[in-house]
Amino acid sequence: MTCTIDTCPNDLASFTGAFRNVFAAGCRTPGVMSIEKSGSVQVPANRQSDNSRWTVCIGRIRDDADEDAFAELFDHFAPRIKGYLIKSGASATLAEECAQDVMATLWQKAHQFDPSRASAATWIFTIARNRRIDALRKSRRPEPEDIDWGPEPPPDQADVLALEQASEDLSRAISSLPDKQKALIEAAYFHDLSHSEIADQTGLPLGTIKSRIRLALDRLRHAMN
Amino acid sequence: MTDTIQHHLTDGLLMAYSAGTLPEAFNLTIAAHVTMCDACRARLYAFDSVGGALLSDQNCASMAPGSMQASLAAAKAGRAAPSPPRRRSILPAPLISYIGGDLADIKWRPVGMGVRQAILPTDKRASARLLYIPAGSAVPDHGHRGTEMTLVLQGSFADDTARFAKGDIEIADEDLNHTPVADIGDDCICLAATDAPLRFRGLIPRIAQPFLRI
Repeated sequence: MTCTIDTCPNDLASFTGAFRNVFAAGCRTPGVMSIEKSGSVQVPANRQSDNSRWTVCIGRIRDDADEDAFAELFDHFAPRIKGYLIKSGASATLAEECAQDVMATLWQKAHQFDPSRASAATWIFTIARNRRIDALRKSRRPEPEDIDWGPEPPPDQADVLALEQASEDLSRAISSLPDKQKALIEAAYFHDLSHSEIADQTGLPLGTIKSRIRLALDRLRHAMN
Repeated sequence: MTDTIQHHLTDGLLMAYSAGTLPEAFNLTIAAHVTMCDACRARLYAFDSVGGALLSDQNCASMAPGSMQASLAAAKAGRAAPSPPRRRSILPAPLISYIGGDLADIKWRPVGMGVRQAILPTDKRASARLLYIPAGSAVPDHGHRGTEMTLVLQGSFADDTARFAKGDIEIADEDLNHTPVADIGDDCICLAATDAPLRFRGLIPRIAQPFLRI
């Protein structure tokens, strides 16, 4: 069984439509989606995934400058971003200011969000991380050049769903790691563990999400050439 | 390009780059490699996903009253910085702003035996430089105190461990003493970053070292 979403048309209006359709209830009925290579992973029918909810919110900001969607994202993410920044060594005042900046950046860059390459939480993490580097380290972190060059093709909807599923699986896997291992990974992300202190074998189950992302990148490369 | 790359970044470096804890010189070298290598780009985005999962799991710190309205007002007042203009270059895009131009704009300084270098401005925790090694020439035999990353931008080189061609990155640590030699055929240009001074084994390079700032 495969997800029978039409491949995306080229114009922006239908792209937006297709983008929304992904999250329509029809796509979440039992047995409709099964994208993993074995065909064995299915999205449970009754679980409205948080990630897809946030993805819809970002789409509403991008398309309609929707302030309610912004408020919903803010309520959820701003306190977590603030918590992350405090844990990374920012004062409460600085963390408050930076969390507001991060959310403002989200509003301004909503059109750059590509849900086939990152979940909403992941994309917001990257904005928060960059703000943290500016604020705390006064350092620079050059970014790789983006792949898209010229008009960006709309993300493939099956890729979006698959990435969302892989992100949720990864989140669950991280929460169920042994405490000691989880502490090490948190230290790497929050407490400036040096790269040589991070083991090259992290024990994180990244295989699935990596191959999902690689497929989406290949598709994008193909579309750009 | 991306499919011919044989030598990649380590998980430890990718995770630290994703976490945002590396010195700028390493960030630059990793950004340049990932620009050229989709395998490492996918691995990097996977590590970003770990960050996303940790953020979702994060303890909340309550926001000040009125913070949402303030943030929204700032969002509407400002505009996102425009993306830098795209340029076709043999150099990966992240390098362009550090050079202040393209290949022809690099201000090379001779360091002996035909080898030239250009030091790039980064924070002091590590240093980054471009190396120009004429075809068939060698960089003096050296060891490392910290980590050294060498990314091939043009041509290729070989040392005691392997051969490195365009897009390949060599990660050298304290255990490696090596003499990289550029292959015959094309001059080799590399981006090298290190978080400790190199240790040259010969006398002359050791005397020259403070002047070369490498």
